[in-house]
Amino acid sequence: MNILLGIFQISLEQGLAYALVALGIVVSFRILAFPDLTVDGSFVLGGAVVARMIVLGYSPLAGVFLSVVLGFAAGCATGLLNTRLKINSLLAGILIMTILYSVNLRLMGRSNTPLINYTTLFTPFEETEARWLWVTLFFGAIAFGCKFLTDLFLHTQLGLAMRATGDNEQMIRTLGVNTDHITVLGLGISNAFVSLSGGLVAQHQGFADIGMGIGMIVAGLAAIIIGETLLRAKTVMRNTLAAIVGSFVYRLTITVGLWLGLAPTDLKMATGAMVILALGLPALKRGKEERFHLRGI
Amino acid sequence: MLVLQSLRKIFNPNTPYEKVAIDRIDLEVKHGEFVTVIGSNGAGKTSLLNLIAGTLLPDEGRILIDGQDVTTVPEHRRAGYLGRIFQNPLMGTASSMTIEENLAMAELRGRRRGLAWGVTRRQREQYRNLLKPLDLGLETRLRDRVSLLSGGERQCLTLLMATLSLPKLLLLDEPTAALDPRTAEKVARLTDRIAREHHLTTIMVTHNMAQAIEMGDRMIMLHEGKIQFDIRGEEKRNLTVEAVVKRFGEKIVFEDETLLCAPVGGQRSN
Repeated sequence: MNILLGIFQISLEQGLAYALVALGIVVSFRILAFPDLTVDGSFVLGGAVVARMIVLGYSPLAGVFLSVVLGFAAGCATGLLNTRLKINSLLAGILIMTILYSVNLRLMGRSNTPLINYTTLFTPFEETEARWLWVTLFFGAIAFGCKFLTDLFLHTQLGLAMRATGDNEQMIRTLGVNTDHITVLGLGISNAFVSLSGGLVAQHQGFADIGMGIGMIVAGLAAIIIGETLLRAKTVMRNTLAAIVGSFVYRLTITVGLWLGLAPTDLKMATGAMVILALGLPALKRGKEERFHLRGI
Repeated sequence: MLVLQSLRKIFNPNTPYEKVAIDRIDLEVKHGEFVTVIGSNGAGKTSLLNLIAGTLLPDEGRILIDGQDVTTVPEHRRAGYLGRIFQNPLMGTASSMTIEENLAMAELRGRRRGLAWGVTRRQREQYRNLLKPLDLGLETRLRDRVSLLSGGERQCLTLLMATLSLPKLLLLDEPTAALDPRTAEKVARLTDRIAREHHLTTIMVTHNMAQAIEMGDRMIMLHEGKIQFDIRGEEKRNLTVEAVVKRFGEKIVFEDETLLCAPVGGQRSN
Protein backbone atom coordinates (compact mmCIF):
# COMPACT_ATOMS: atom_id res chain seq x y z
CA MET A 1 0.00 0.00 0.00
CA ASN A 2 2.80 2.37 0.96
CA ILE A 3 4.63 1.55 -2.22
CA LEU A 4 1.54 2.34 -4.29
CA LEU A 5 1.06 5.63 -2.48
CA GLY A 6 4.72 6.43 -3.10
CA ILE A 7 4.36 5.66 -6.79
CA PHE A 8 1.30 7.90 -6.97
CA GLN A 9 3.05 10.73 -5.14
CA ILE A 10 6.18 10.59 -7.30
CA SER A 11 4.13 10.42 -10.50
CA LEU A 12 1.91 13.36 -9.57
CA GLU A 13 4.87 15.52 -8.59
CA GLN A 14 6.85 14.62 -11.72
CA GLY A 15 3.81 14.80 -13.95
CA LEU A 16 2.97 18.33 -12.86
CA ALA A 17 6.63 19.39 -13.06
CA TYR A 18 6.86 18.26 -16.69
CA ALA A 19 3.28 19.27 -17.59
CA LEU A 20 4.50 22.58 -19.00
CA VAL A 21 6.59 20.72 -21.60
CA ALA A 22 3.44 18.95 -22.76
CA LEU A 23 1.55 22.25 -22.70
CA GLY A 24 4.23 23.84 -24.88
CA ILE A 25 4.00 20.92 -27.30
CA VAL A 26 0.22 21.35 -27.44
CA VAL A 27 0.73 24.96 -28.53
CA SER A 28 3.27 24.12 -31.26
CA PHE A 29 2.08 20.71 -32.51
CA ARG A 30 -1.64 20.97 -31.94
CA ILE A 31 -2.61 24.61 -32.13
CA LEU A 32 -0.10 25.72 -34.79
CA ALA A 33 0.32 22.26 -36.37
CA PHE A 34 4.06 22.97 -36.37
CA PRO A 35 6.26 19.97 -35.48
CA ASP A 36 8.72 21.91 -33.37
CA LEU A 37 11.81 20.01 -32.22
CA THR A 38 13.39 22.98 -30.43
CA VAL A 39 11.97 21.59 -27.18
CA ASP A 40 14.92 19.27 -26.38
CA GLY A 41 17.17 22.33 -26.40
CA SER A 42 14.92 24.95 -24.84
CA PHE A 43 14.19 22.70 -21.85
CA VAL A 44 17.92 22.56 -21.05
CA LEU A 45 18.17 26.28 -21.81
CA GLY A 46 15.75 27.01 -18.97
CA GLY A 47 17.75 24.86 -16.57
CA ALA A 48 21.09 26.29 -17.67
CA VAL A 49 19.95 29.91 -17.35
CA VAL A 50 18.47 29.40 -13.90
CA ALA A 51 21.56 27.48 -12.71
CA ARG A 52 23.95 30.13 -13.96
CA MET A 53 21.92 32.96 -12.45
CA ILE A 54 21.69 31.23 -9.08
CA VAL A 55 25.40 30.42 -9.03
CA LEU A 56 26.13 34.06 -9.90
CA GLY A 57 24.13 35.08 -6.83
CA TYR A 58 20.97 36.40 -8.45
CA SER A 59 17.58 35.53 -6.98
CA PRO A 60 16.13 32.29 -8.35
CA LEU A 61 13.03 34.24 -9.39
CA ALA A 62 15.13 36.48 -11.65
CA GLY A 63 16.65 33.33 -13.13
CA VAL A 64 13.22 31.86 -13.83
CA PHE A 65 12.11 35.10 -15.45
CA LEU A 66 15.17 35.19 -17.70
CA SER A 67 14.71 31.55 -18.65
CA VAL A 68 11.17 32.30 -19.82
CA VAL A 69 12.40 35.24 -21.90
CA LEU A 70 15.24 33.25 -23.49
CA GLY A 71 12.97 30.26 -24.11
CA PHE A 72 10.61 32.60 -25.93
CA ALA A 73 13.52 33.90 -27.99
CA ALA A 74 14.64 30.37 -28.88
CA GLY A 75 11.15 29.53 -30.14
CA CYS A 76 11.03 32.74 -32.16
CA ALA A 77 14.39 31.81 -33.70
CA THR A 78 12.98 28.51 -34.95
CA GLY A 79 9.93 30.34 -36.25
CA LEU A 80 12.04 32.89 -38.11
CA LEU A 81 14.20 30.18 -39.70
CA ASN A 82 11.01 28.60 -40.99
CA THR A 83 9.05 31.67 -42.07
CA ARG A 84 11.79 34.05 -43.19
CA LEU A 85 14.49 31.71 -44.47
CA LYS A 86 11.95 29.10 -45.63
CA ILE A 87 13.79 26.29 -43.86
CA ASN A 88 11.69 23.17 -43.35
CA SER A 89 9.96 23.20 -39.97
CA LEU A 90 11.57 19.99 -38.67
CA LEU A 91 15.02 21.10 -39.78
CA ALA A 92 14.55 24.59 -38.31
CA GLY A 93 13.80 23.04 -34.92
CA ILE A 94 16.75 20.65 -35.15
CA LEU A 95 19.10 23.51 -36.08
CA ILE A 96 18.09 25.66 -33.11
CA MET A 97 18.17 22.61 -30.82
CA THR A 98 21.74 21.87 -31.95
CA ILE A 99 22.81 25.48 -31.58
CA LEU A 100 21.27 25.57 -28.10
CA TYR A 101 23.51 22.64 -27.08
CA SER A 102 26.55 24.89 -27.45
CA VAL A 103 24.73 27.87 -25.98
CA ASN A 104 23.76 25.86 -22.91
CA LEU A 105 27.33 24.61 -22.40
CA ARG A 106 28.56 28.20 -22.67
CA LEU A 107 25.91 29.36 -20.19
CA MET A 108 26.86 26.79 -17.58
CA GLY A 109 30.56 26.61 -18.42
CA ARG A 110 30.40 22.86 -17.91
CA SER A 111 28.03 20.01 -18.53
CA ASN A 112 26.56 19.81 -15.04
CA THR A 113 25.87 22.53 -12.47
CA PRO A 114 24.88 21.34 -8.97
CA LEU A 115 22.52 23.63 -7.04
CA ILE A 116 22.39 21.64 -3.81
CA ASN A 117 24.17 24.27 -1.75
CA TYR A 118 22.27 27.24 -3.12
CA THR A 119 18.95 28.78 -2.24
CA THR A 120 16.33 27.90 -4.84
CA LEU A 121 12.58 28.41 -5.13
CA PHE A 122 12.22 25.02 -3.43
CA THR A 123 14.39 25.75 -0.40
CA PRO A 124 11.46 27.05 1.70
CA PHE A 125 9.61 23.78 1.09
CA GLU A 126 12.55 21.63 2.22
CA GLU A 127 12.11 22.66 5.84
CA THR A 128 8.38 22.01 6.04
CA GLU A 129 6.90 18.74 7.22
CA ALA A 130 4.65 18.23 4.23
CA ARG A 131 7.35 18.83 1.62
CA TRP A 132 5.71 16.68 -1.04
CA LEU A 133 2.38 18.43 -0.65
CA TRP A 134 3.84 21.91 -1.02
CA VAL A 135 6.02 21.03 -3.98
CA THR A 136 3.11 19.35 -5.73
CA LEU A 137 0.82 22.28 -5.01
CA PHE A 138 3.49 24.65 -6.33
CA PHE A 139 3.93 22.74 -9.58
CA GLY A 140 0.18 22.24 -9.86
CA ALA A 141 -0.52 25.94 -9.44
CA ILE A 142 2.00 26.82 -12.14
CA ALA A 143 0.78 24.14 -14.56
CA PHE A 144 -2.90 25.01 -14.15
CA GLY A 145 -2.14 28.74 -14.11
CA CYS A 146 -0.36 28.45 -17.45
CA LYS A 147 -3.13 26.23 -18.81
CA PHE A 148 -5.71 28.81 -17.77
CA LEU A 149 -3.78 31.68 -19.35
CA THR A 150 -3.33 29.67 -22.55
CA ASP A 151 -7.07 28.93 -22.69
CA LEU A 152 -7.86 32.61 -22.25
CA PHE A 153 -5.34 33.65 -24.87
CA LEU A 154 -6.61 31.13 -27.42
CA HIS A 155 -10.08 32.67 -27.18
CA THR A 156 -8.95 36.23 -27.87
CA GLN A 157 -8.93 37.72 -31.36
CA LEU A 158 -5.23 36.99 -31.66
CA GLY A 159 -5.70 33.51 -30.24
CA LEU A 160 -8.42 32.69 -32.75
CA ALA A 161 -6.05 33.78 -35.52
CA MET A 162 -3.38 31.47 -34.08
CA ARG A 163 -5.73 28.48 -34.00
CA ALA A 164 -6.84 29.23 -37.55
CA THR A 165 -3.18 29.39 -38.65
CA GLY A 166 -2.79 25.78 -37.58
CA ASP A 167 -6.16 24.76 -38.98
CA ASN A 168 -6.46 26.57 -42.33
CA GLU A 169 -3.55 28.85 -43.06
CA GLN A 170 -4.76 29.93 -46.52
CA MET A 171 -8.13 30.99 -45.14
CA ILE A 172 -6.83 33.12 -42.29
CA ARG A 173 -4.30 34.74 -44.63
CA THR A 174 -7.09 35.84 -46.94
CA LEU A 175 -8.66 37.41 -43.85
CA GLY A 176 -5.61 39.62 -43.51
CA VAL A 177 -3.54 37.82 -40.90
CA ASN A 178 0.20 37.59 -41.39
CA THR A 179 0.57 33.92 -40.49
CA ASP A 180 4.36 34.23 -40.37
CA HIS A 181 4.15 36.54 -37.38
CA ILE A 182 1.60 34.28 -35.72
CA THR A 183 3.84 31.24 -36.19
CA VAL A 184 6.83 33.02 -34.67
CA LEU A 185 4.73 34.22 -31.71
CA GLY A 186 3.21 30.77 -31.12
CA LEU A 187 6.58 29.00 -31.16
CA GLY A 188 7.88 31.65 -28.77
CA ILE A 189 5.06 30.98 -26.31
CA SER A 190 5.50 27.23 -26.66
CA ASN A 191 9.22 27.31 -25.89
CA ALA A 192 8.75 29.83 -23.09
CA PHE A 193 6.61 27.18 -21.33
CA VAL A 194 9.20 24.48 -22.00
CA SER A 195 12.05 26.66 -20.77
CA LEU A 196 10.08 27.60 -17.64
CA SER A 197 9.60 23.91 -16.96
CA GLY A 198 13.34 23.28 -17.41
CA GLY A 199 14.20 26.10 -15.01
CA LEU A 200 11.87 24.76 -12.32
CA VAL A 201 12.87 21.11 -12.77
CA ALA A 202 16.57 21.99 -12.45
CA GLN A 203 15.93 23.70 -9.12
CA HIS A 204 13.72 20.89 -7.95
CA GLN A 205 16.19 18.10 -8.76
CA GLY A 206 19.10 20.19 -7.49
CA PHE A 207 21.16 20.42 -10.69
CA ALA A 208 21.10 21.46 -14.32
CA ASP A 209 22.56 18.98 -16.77
CA ILE A 210 23.31 19.26 -20.48
CA GLY A 211 21.57 15.92 -21.04
CA MET A 212 18.38 16.70 -19.17
CA GLY A 213 16.46 17.58 -22.34
CA ILE A 214 17.16 14.47 -24.37
CA GLY A 215 13.93 12.77 -25.38
CA MET A 216 11.80 15.61 -23.99
CA ILE A 217 9.76 15.90 -27.20
CA VAL A 218 8.96 12.21 -27.37
CA ALA A 219 8.01 12.19 -23.70
CA GLY A 220 5.83 15.26 -24.18
CA LEU A 221 4.19 13.75 -27.24
CA ALA A 222 3.51 10.55 -25.33
CA ALA A 223 1.91 12.64 -22.60
CA ILE A 224 -0.43 14.55 -24.91
CA ILE A 225 -1.38 11.45 -26.88
CA ILE A 226 -2.29 9.68 -23.65
CA GLY A 227 -4.15 12.73 -22.35
CA GLU A 228 -6.09 13.33 -25.54
CA THR A 229 -7.09 9.70 -25.81
CA LEU A 230 -8.31 9.65 -22.21
CA LEU A 231 -10.18 12.96 -22.46
CA ARG A 232 -11.31 12.64 -26.11
CA ALA A 233 -9.97 16.15 -26.45
CA LYS A 234 -11.43 18.19 -29.30
CA THR A 235 -11.66 21.63 -27.76
CA VAL A 236 -8.88 23.95 -26.71
CA MET A 237 -9.62 23.66 -23.01
CA ARG A 238 -9.60 19.88 -23.20
CA ASN A 239 -6.39 19.93 -25.23
CA THR A 240 -4.57 21.90 -22.58
CA LEU A 241 -6.09 19.81 -19.80
CA ALA A 242 -5.01 16.72 -21.71
CA ALA A 243 -1.41 17.95 -21.54
CA ILE A 244 -1.51 18.01 -17.74
CA VAL A 245 -3.50 14.83 -17.22
CA GLY A 246 -1.45 13.01 -19.85
CA SER A 247 1.79 14.17 -18.30
CA PHE A 248 0.69 12.65 -14.97
CA VAL A 249 -0.49 9.37 -16.50
CA TYR A 250 2.71 9.09 -18.54
CA ARG A 251 4.85 9.51 -15.40
CA LEU A 252 2.64 7.03 -13.61
CA THR A 253 3.19 4.48 -16.37
CA ILE A 254 6.93 5.02 -16.22
CA THR A 255 7.14 4.85 -12.44
CA VAL A 256 5.14 1.64 -12.41
CA GLY A 257 7.34 0.30 -15.20
CA LEU A 258 10.50 1.07 -13.23
CA TRP A 259 9.00 -0.50 -10.13
CA LEU A 260 8.19 -3.64 -12.10
CA GLY A 261 11.81 -3.88 -13.22
CA LEU A 262 12.11 -1.79 -16.38
CA ALA A 263 15.75 -0.69 -16.66
CA PRO A 264 16.06 3.11 -16.46
CA THR A 265 18.33 2.98 -19.51
CA ASP A 266 15.50 1.44 -21.54
CA LEU A 267 13.07 4.20 -20.61
CA LYS A 268 13.41 6.25 -23.77
CA MET A 269 13.09 3.13 -25.92
CA ALA A 270 9.88 2.22 -24.12
CA THR A 271 8.55 5.76 -24.52
CA GLY A 272 9.41 5.79 -28.21
CA ALA A 273 7.69 2.45 -28.72
CA MET A 274 4.64 3.82 -26.90
CA VAL A 275 4.42 6.84 -29.22
CA ILE A 276 4.94 4.70 -32.34
CA LEU A 277 2.16 2.38 -31.21
CA ALA A 278 -0.23 5.23 -30.45
CA LEU A 279 0.45 6.96 -33.76
CA GLY A 280 0.61 3.81 -35.83
CA LEU A 281 -2.33 1.80 -34.57
CA PRO A 282 -5.08 3.90 -36.14
CA ALA A 283 -3.29 3.70 -39.50
CA LEU A 284 -3.08 -0.06 -39.25
CA LYS A 285 -6.66 -0.47 -38.10
CA ARG A 286 -8.29 1.66 -40.75
CA GLY A 287 -6.79 3.34 -43.75
CA LYS A 288 -8.31 6.78 -43.73
CA GLU A 289 -9.80 7.16 -40.28
CA GLU A 290 -9.85 10.76 -39.14
CA ARG A 291 -6.83 11.00 -36.91
CA PHE A 292 -7.93 14.10 -35.07
CA HIS A 293 -5.14 13.96 -32.56
CA LEU A 294 -2.37 13.79 -35.12
CA ARG A 295 -2.30 17.40 -36.18
CA GLY A 296 1.27 18.59 -36.38
CA ILE A 297 2.79 15.13 -36.28
CA MET B 1 -13.35 50.15 -59.17
CA LEU B 2 -11.08 47.35 -60.42
CA VAL B 3 -8.72 48.01 -63.29
CA LEU B 4 -6.33 45.49 -64.83
CA GLN B 5 -3.76 46.92 -67.24
CA SER B 6 -2.06 44.54 -69.70
CA LEU B 7 -1.70 41.95 -66.98
CA ARG B 8 0.56 39.01 -67.76
CA LYS B 9 1.53 35.89 -65.85
CA ILE B 10 3.83 33.14 -67.08
CA PHE B 11 4.31 29.88 -65.21
CA ASN B 12 7.70 28.13 -65.38
CA PRO B 13 9.27 30.79 -67.60
CA ASN B 14 12.24 29.76 -69.76
CA THR B 15 11.62 26.06 -69.33
CA PRO B 16 10.03 23.50 -71.65
CA TYR B 17 6.95 23.73 -69.40
CA GLU B 18 6.51 27.46 -69.92
CA LYS B 19 2.85 28.43 -69.95
CA VAL B 20 1.34 31.84 -70.43
CA ALA B 21 -1.54 31.73 -67.94
CA ILE B 22 -2.71 35.30 -68.39
CA ASP B 23 -1.77 37.03 -71.63
CA ARG B 24 -1.90 40.84 -71.41
CA ILE B 25 -5.43 41.20 -70.12
CA ASP B 26 -7.07 44.62 -69.91
CA LEU B 27 -10.23 44.80 -67.85
CA GLU B 28 -12.25 47.44 -66.06
CA VAL B 29 -14.96 46.47 -63.61
CA LYS B 30 -17.34 49.14 -62.41
CA HIS B 31 -18.50 49.63 -58.85
CA GLY B 32 -21.28 47.20 -57.93
CA GLU B 33 -20.90 45.19 -61.12
CA PHE B 34 -21.35 41.40 -61.01
CA VAL B 35 -19.06 39.74 -63.53
CA THR B 36 -19.13 36.04 -64.33
CA VAL B 37 -16.01 34.52 -65.86
CA ILE B 38 -16.22 31.38 -67.93
CA GLY B 39 -13.68 29.31 -69.80
CA SER B 40 -12.37 25.79 -70.19
CA ASN B 41 -9.74 24.16 -68.02
CA GLY B 42 -6.45 26.01 -68.18
CA ALA B 43 -8.04 29.12 -69.66
CA GLY B 44 -6.63 31.16 -66.79
CA LYS B 45 -9.78 31.73 -64.72
CA THR B 46 -8.31 30.83 -61.36
CA SER B 47 -4.99 32.50 -62.20
CA LEU B 48 -6.90 35.70 -62.84
CA LEU B 49 -8.52 35.56 -59.40
CA ASN B 50 -5.20 34.67 -57.79
CA LEU B 51 -3.59 37.71 -59.40
CA ILE B 52 -6.35 40.03 -58.20
CA ALA B 53 -6.18 38.55 -54.70
CA GLY B 54 -2.39 38.71 -54.54
CA THR B 55 -1.87 34.97 -54.17
CA LEU B 56 0.13 35.28 -57.39
CA LEU B 57 2.15 38.30 -58.45
CA PRO B 58 2.01 39.29 -62.14
CA ASP B 59 5.07 39.33 -64.39
CA GLU B 60 3.85 42.41 -66.23
CA GLY B 61 1.06 44.92 -65.93
CA ARG B 62 -0.76 46.71 -63.15
CA ILE B 63 -3.74 46.10 -60.86
CA LEU B 64 -5.66 49.07 -59.49
CA ILE B 65 -8.42 48.95 -56.92
CA ASP B 66 -10.29 52.22 -56.42
CA GLY B 67 -7.51 54.03 -58.21
CA GLN B 68 -4.86 52.63 -55.88
CA ASP B 69 -2.03 50.55 -57.35
CA VAL B 70 -2.02 47.22 -55.50
CA THR B 71 0.11 45.25 -57.98
CA THR B 72 2.78 44.33 -55.42
CA VAL B 73 0.74 44.54 -52.21
CA PRO B 74 1.00 41.16 -50.42
CA GLU B 75 -2.04 38.95 -50.10
CA HIS B 76 -2.71 39.52 -46.41
CA ARG B 77 -2.65 43.31 -46.90
CA ARG B 78 -5.26 43.13 -49.65
CA ALA B 79 -7.60 41.27 -47.34
CA GLY B 80 -9.14 44.51 -46.08
CA TYR B 81 -10.94 45.01 -49.36
CA LEU B 82 -11.22 41.48 -50.71
CA GLY B 83 -13.61 38.69 -49.86
CA ARG B 84 -12.81 35.34 -51.37
CA ILE B 85 -14.64 32.06 -51.77
CA PHE B 86 -13.05 28.88 -53.05
CA GLN B 87 -14.45 25.90 -54.87
CA ASN B 88 -13.59 23.52 -52.06
CA PRO B 89 -15.95 24.19 -49.13
CA LEU B 90 -13.19 23.04 -46.77
CA MET B 91 -10.94 25.91 -47.79
CA GLY B 92 -13.07 28.78 -46.58
CA THR B 93 -13.47 27.82 -42.96
CA ALA B 94 -11.37 26.53 -40.06
CA SER B 95 -12.93 23.15 -39.36
CA SER B 96 -11.74 22.62 -35.78
CA MET B 97 -13.21 25.96 -34.72
CA THR B 98 -16.83 26.82 -34.03
CA ILE B 99 -19.27 28.61 -36.33
CA GLU B 100 -19.21 31.75 -34.20
CA GLU B 101 -15.41 31.73 -34.03
CA ASN B 102 -15.18 31.52 -37.81
CA LEU B 103 -17.62 34.41 -38.20
CA ALA B 104 -15.76 36.48 -35.62
CA MET B 105 -12.46 35.96 -37.44
CA ALA B 106 -14.06 37.07 -40.69
CA GLU B 107 -15.55 40.16 -39.09
CA LEU B 108 -12.03 41.36 -38.32
CA ARG B 109 -10.95 41.03 -41.96
CA GLY B 110 -7.95 43.21 -42.61
CA ARG B 111 -8.00 44.75 -39.16
CA ARG B 112 -5.57 44.42 -36.27
CA ARG B 113 -6.26 41.57 -33.90
CA GLY B 114 -5.57 42.17 -30.24
CA LEU B 115 -6.17 40.55 -26.89
CA ALA B 116 -9.84 41.49 -26.78
CA TRP B 117 -12.26 38.60 -26.30
CA GLY B 118 -12.70 36.71 -29.57
CA VAL B 119 -16.50 36.32 -29.59
CA THR B 120 -18.57 38.74 -27.51
CA ARG B 121 -22.20 38.35 -26.50
CA ARG B 122 -23.18 41.18 -28.84
CA GLN B 123 -21.50 39.42 -31.78
CA ARG B 124 -23.20 36.13 -30.91
CA GLU B 125 -26.59 37.84 -31.05
CA GLN B 126 -25.70 39.48 -34.35
CA TYR B 127 -24.58 36.17 -35.88
CA ARG B 128 -27.78 34.48 -34.81
CA ASN B 129 -29.80 37.06 -36.75
CA LEU B 130 -27.43 36.76 -39.68
CA LEU B 131 -27.74 32.98 -39.91
CA LYS B 132 -31.49 32.77 -39.44
CA PRO B 133 -32.50 33.77 -43.00
CA LEU B 134 -30.37 30.94 -44.38
CA ASP B 135 -32.97 28.47 -43.08
CA LEU B 136 -30.30 25.92 -42.30
CA GLY B 137 -30.78 25.94 -38.54
CA LEU B 138 -27.21 27.16 -38.09
CA GLU B 139 -28.37 29.89 -35.71
CA THR B 140 -28.88 27.25 -33.04
CA ARG B 141 -25.48 25.67 -33.65
CA LEU B 142 -23.18 28.65 -33.12
CA ARG B 143 -20.91 26.64 -30.85
CA ASP B 144 -20.68 23.58 -33.07
CA ARG B 145 -17.38 22.89 -34.74
CA VAL B 146 -17.53 23.60 -38.47
CA SER B 147 -16.29 20.08 -39.23
CA LEU B 148 -19.77 18.90 -38.23
CA LEU B 149 -21.41 20.85 -41.08
CA SER B 150 -22.13 19.57 -44.59
CA GLY B 151 -20.31 20.96 -47.63
CA GLY B 152 -23.23 23.17 -48.59
CA GLU B 153 -23.65 24.51 -45.07
CA ARG B 154 -19.95 25.28 -44.97
CA GLN B 155 -20.12 27.10 -48.29
CA CYS B 156 -23.08 29.20 -47.09
CA LEU B 157 -21.14 30.02 -43.94
CA THR B 158 -18.13 30.98 -46.06
CA LEU B 159 -20.33 33.33 -48.10
CA LEU B 160 -21.60 35.03 -44.97
CA MET B 161 -18.04 35.27 -43.69
CA ALA B 162 -16.85 36.85 -46.93
CA THR B 163 -19.52 39.51 -46.76
CA LEU B 164 -19.56 40.14 -43.01
CA SER B 165 -17.11 43.02 -43.26
CA LEU B 166 -18.47 44.20 -46.64
CA PRO B 167 -15.41 43.90 -48.87
CA LYS B 168 -14.95 46.21 -51.84
CA LEU B 169 -14.48 43.21 -54.07
CA LEU B 170 -15.90 39.70 -53.79
CA LEU B 171 -14.02 36.94 -55.62
CA LEU B 172 -15.75 33.61 -56.10
CA ASP B 173 -13.93 30.61 -57.55
CA GLU B 174 -16.53 28.07 -58.69
CA PRO B 175 -18.35 28.28 -55.38
CA THR B 176 -20.95 25.67 -56.29
CA ALA B 177 -18.84 23.18 -58.24
CA ALA B 178 -18.35 20.77 -55.36
CA LEU B 179 -21.98 20.75 -54.23
CA ASP B 180 -25.00 18.67 -55.18
CA PRO B 181 -27.43 20.45 -57.57
CA ARG B 182 -29.96 21.49 -54.94
CA THR B 183 -27.41 22.88 -52.53
CA ALA B 184 -25.60 24.50 -55.44
CA GLU B 185 -28.77 26.33 -56.36
CA LYS B 186 -29.24 27.52 -52.81
CA VAL B 187 -25.68 28.79 -52.60
CA ALA B 188 -25.99 30.49 -56.00
CA ARG B 189 -29.18 32.28 -54.91
CA LEU B 190 -27.56 33.36 -51.68
CA THR B 191 -24.55 34.67 -53.60
CA ASP B 192 -26.81 36.65 -55.88
CA ARG B 193 -28.86 38.04 -53.01
CA ILE B 194 -25.86 39.09 -50.96
CA ALA B 195 -24.07 40.69 -53.90
CA ARG B 196 -27.18 42.71 -54.86
CA GLU B 197 -28.21 43.65 -51.33
CA HIS B 198 -24.83 45.13 -50.51
CA HIS B 199 -23.96 46.32 -54.04
CA LEU B 200 -20.75 44.30 -53.89
CA THR B 201 -18.47 44.35 -56.88
CA THR B 202 -18.29 40.64 -57.63
CA ILE B 203 -16.22 38.44 -59.90
CA MET B 204 -17.37 34.86 -60.10
CA VAL B 205 -15.47 32.17 -61.96
CA THR B 206 -17.59 29.25 -63.06
CA HIS B 207 -17.39 26.15 -65.16
CA ASN B 208 -21.10 26.17 -65.67
CA MET B 209 -22.19 28.07 -68.76
CA ALA B 210 -25.83 28.26 -67.71
CA GLN B 211 -24.83 29.69 -64.35
CA ALA B 212 -22.56 32.25 -65.98
CA ILE B 213 -25.40 33.35 -68.23
CA GLU B 214 -28.05 33.35 -65.52
CA MET B 215 -26.13 35.24 -62.88
CA GLY B 216 -24.53 38.66 -62.88
CA ASP B 217 -24.75 41.55 -65.31
CA ARG B 218 -21.64 40.92 -67.34
CA MET B 219 -20.00 37.80 -68.69
CA ILE B 220 -16.40 37.33 -69.74
CA MET B 221 -15.04 34.35 -71.57
CA LEU B 222 -11.38 33.48 -71.14
CA HIS B 223 -9.46 31.35 -73.56
CA GLU B 224 -5.71 30.68 -73.40
CA GLY B 225 -5.20 33.59 -71.06
CA LYS B 226 -7.01 36.13 -73.21
CA ILE B 227 -10.49 37.63 -73.00
CA GLN B 228 -12.39 36.09 -75.91
CA PHE B 229 -15.57 38.02 -75.43
CA ASP B 230 -17.17 40.38 -72.99
CA ILE B 231 -20.95 40.66 -72.95
CA ARG B 232 -22.94 43.08 -70.82
CA GLY B 233 -26.14 45.06 -70.52
CA GLU B 234 -29.14 44.16 -72.65
CA GLU B 235 -27.20 41.61 -74.65
CA LYS B 236 -26.19 39.79 -71.47
CA ARG B 237 -29.76 39.69 -70.17
CA ASN B 238 -31.02 38.06 -73.37
CA LEU B 239 -28.17 35.62 -73.66
CA THR B 240 -28.80 31.88 -74.02
CA VAL B 241 -26.40 28.96 -74.04
CA GLU B 242 -27.42 28.25 -77.62
CA ALA B 243 -26.62 31.75 -78.75
CA VAL B 244 -23.20 31.64 -77.15
CA VAL B 245 -22.40 28.34 -78.81
CA LYS B 246 -23.68 29.55 -82.17
CA ARG B 247 -21.65 32.69 -82.00
CA PHE B 248 -18.43 31.36 -80.61
CA GLY B 249 -18.69 27.63 -81.03
CA GLU B 250 -16.61 27.53 -84.20
CA LYS B 251 -13.79 29.48 -82.68
CA ILE B 252 -13.69 27.81 -79.31
CA VAL B 253 -14.02 24.18 -78.50
CA PHE B 254 -16.24 24.00 -75.45
CA GLU B 255 -15.90 21.07 -73.13
CA ASP B 256 -18.96 18.88 -72.96
CA GLU B 257 -19.05 19.41 -69.23
CA THR B 258 -19.44 23.16 -69.63
CA LEU B 259 -22.41 22.75 -71.91
CA LEU B 260 -24.12 19.93 -70.08
CA CYS B 261 -24.28 21.67 -66.73
CA ALA B 262 -27.88 22.08 -65.67
CA PRO B 263 -29.16 25.65 -65.65
CA VAL B 264 -29.04 27.10 -62.17
CA GLY B 265 -32.60 28.33 -62.02
CA GLY B 266 -34.07 24.96 -62.91
CA GLN B 267 -35.78 24.97 -66.35
CA ARG B 268 -34.56 27.48 -68.83
CA SER B 269 -35.65 27.30 -72.41
CA ASN B 270 -32.62 27.08 -74.61
